[in-house]
Amino acid sequence: MIQLEPRAAASRLAAWLSPLVALALTMLGGAALFAMLGIDAWQGLRLFLVEPFNGVYAWGELAVKAVPLVLCAVGLSLCFRANVWNIGAEGQLIAGAIAGGGVALLAGPDTWRGYVALVMAAGMLGGMLWAALTAWLKDRFGANEMLVSLMLTYVVQLLLGYLVFGPWRDPYGYNFPQSRSFDEAAVLPVLWEGTRAHAGLWLALAATGAAWLFLARSHPGFRLRVTGAAPAAARYAGYSPRQALWTSMLACGALAGLAGIGEVAGPMQRLTTSVSPGYGFAAVIAAFLGRLHPAGALLAGLVMAALYIGGELAQSRLGLPASIVGVFQGLALALLLLGDTLVRYRIRWRRPAAAAR
Amino acid sequence: MDSLLPLLAATLNAGTPLALAALGLAIHERAGVINLGAEGMMLLAAAAGFAVAFHTGSPAWGLAAGAAAGAVLAAVFALLVVVFNASQYGSGLAIMLLGSGLSAFAGVSYAGRSLAQGQAGLPWLRDIPGLGGTVFALHPLVYATMALACLLTAFLYRTRTGMLLRAVGESPESAHALGYPVGWIRALAILAGGLCCGLAGAYLSVVYTQLWSEGMVAGRGWMALALIAFGMWHPLRILLGAYLFGGLTMLQFQLQGMGVQVPSQFLAMLPYVCTIAVLALRGGNPGWMRRNMPRSLGRPFLPER
Repeated sequence: MIQLEPRAAASRLAAWLSPLVALALTMLGGAALFAMLGIDAWQGLRLFLVEPFNGVYAWGELAVKAVPLVLCAVGLSLCFRANVWNIGAEGQLIAGAIAGGGVALLAGPDTWRGYVALVMAAGMLGGMLWAALTAWLKDRFGANEMLVSLMLTYVVQLLLGYLVFGPWRDPYGYNFPQSRSFDEAAVLPVLWEGTRAHAGLWLALAATGAAWLFLARSHPGFRLRVTGAAPAAARYAGYSPRQALWTSMLACGALAGLAGIGEVAGPMQRLTTSVSPGYGFAAVIAAFLGRLHPAGALLAGLVMAALYIGGELAQSRLGLPASIVGVFQGLALALLLLGDTLVRYRIRWRRPAAAAR
Repeated sequence: MDSLLPLLAATLNAGTPLALAALGLAIHERAGVINLGAEGMMLLAAAAGFAVAFHTGSPAWGLAAGAAAGAVLAAVFALLVVVFNASQYGSGLAIMLLGSGLSAFAGVSYAGRSLAQGQAGLPWLRDIPGLGGTVFALHPLVYATMALACLLTAFLYRTRTGMLLRAVGESPESAHALGYPVGWIRALAILAGGLCCGLAGAYLSVVYTQLWSEGMVAGRGWMALALIAFGMWHPLRILLGAYLFGGLTMLQFQLQGMGVQVPSQFLAMLPYVCTIAVLALRGGNPGWMRRNMPRSLGRPFLPER
């Protein structure tokens, strides 16, 4: 039997190394999967390890995918730090896309160019509103935030479906479930010619910096961390868990909403039924891989973005379903958890006889 | 009466996968383990069940394959949370992602296919004129699920082993101190629950819809988790809750059929909104929750030497 023995002191280095080891092992698992499918393992892994970083256009694509992931992961890090189990970032992202998209649709051909700022603000508000619903149900009724935020994701997904199939459907869209494309004024500018990287990149970087400052340097950030890490101590110090709940949920909602409107006003430029290929869920893993630290979330968001790009390439070049990304994500999270156990505990093998009481 | 019986039958049919999954998860939770991976286990089981039923032509084999798939993922979950003492929340999410990724992966070539229609129902009983055609015409698993809820109730509250299972969920420390193998009990509970979740997923693709599509479980795994709180960890109340939700799903189609002028998306929101309402109602009474919730739910347990 395996027995675990707590280590006297878990090393900080090991704690930061374990995500890297988990990712390396995930790639090994991926190689095994490719081998099983009869695909040259290196050929398959190239799509995930090399291609996403190959050339200016690839870097642009990486940025496009990383922006929503980083924004959501930073927001979720705040929630998880406060011990608030919000896993509905996907719903908050969609709510942001709806609210911002609605404002974007109001723009016309000769709307003022700065209008896009209003669109972004509306997106943030939409995400905040959706997160506030969860926070309120948790605060007022004690409802489990994890399940509520998830159920709300299904609800807002259906709401989006209703809008693009119904009132917001493009009358000239050949009956496709999509809105008309946004006017120039409501669209995020592209950063570099020849890529699709858009100004959302600066927003994601700014959000990471702001979240880091908030957590590490501000008093509310400190209270939030204490509430999450040591609830008893926080109660003793008079820090309110309600405040931590609302602060982290609203911040996460705003960031996820920004991610959603960034997608819609950036690369898509119109609302469709599928705003996100599960960025909000992938961000949960990114937050854990990034050790619930904003800087870590930034790095992990890039890694997750590379996984998404690899998945798309695997689909187009190898004919594999894009859901291979989900397998990689699940594997990475499982291995990370195993690695964390090894960081905290020493493993002892014992013969059953020796383990007898 | 003529329209009520088919509606009742449809409700039982729609409630069965929810009930099976929720009962399975209740076994987990009674042992103090919360499993957020149910959605993934059901998805993988739905894909595996459909594939096997498609190739063998036998729904029974499909259901068996689904149950096996659920158990395999449950074994991985048990490895994470029991052997490696990892966070139950994180591990559940990992299982959810693995399950949904693998199911989409495995099922991609089955999209758009459907199973040959077989005759469902309990032999002999379904041939009773009048009642038999509607009341006994459902898949045997529907009745088996009801039996399971009763058996589980008897097991939990009337047997020594059941009491031990509950003890592990309440206070693993005490069970361990009395010399019971907490880890093994939790692992077995996880496997048993995984079998149920697998059956639930396979029921969806093999019996309920008889086709496979990506993401077809559509949140039922998560609803099952909410149902447990609704039924306050008691199998019979959980069963009742599942049928209530099954009825809600049916109501959605019923309203549409009656020509109610509400966009279909809003009707489709009903089960999710009601789940939220249930969570708010139950959470609002912490007294109930505290009395009924297994006390060590979600907490890892590591025996000290």
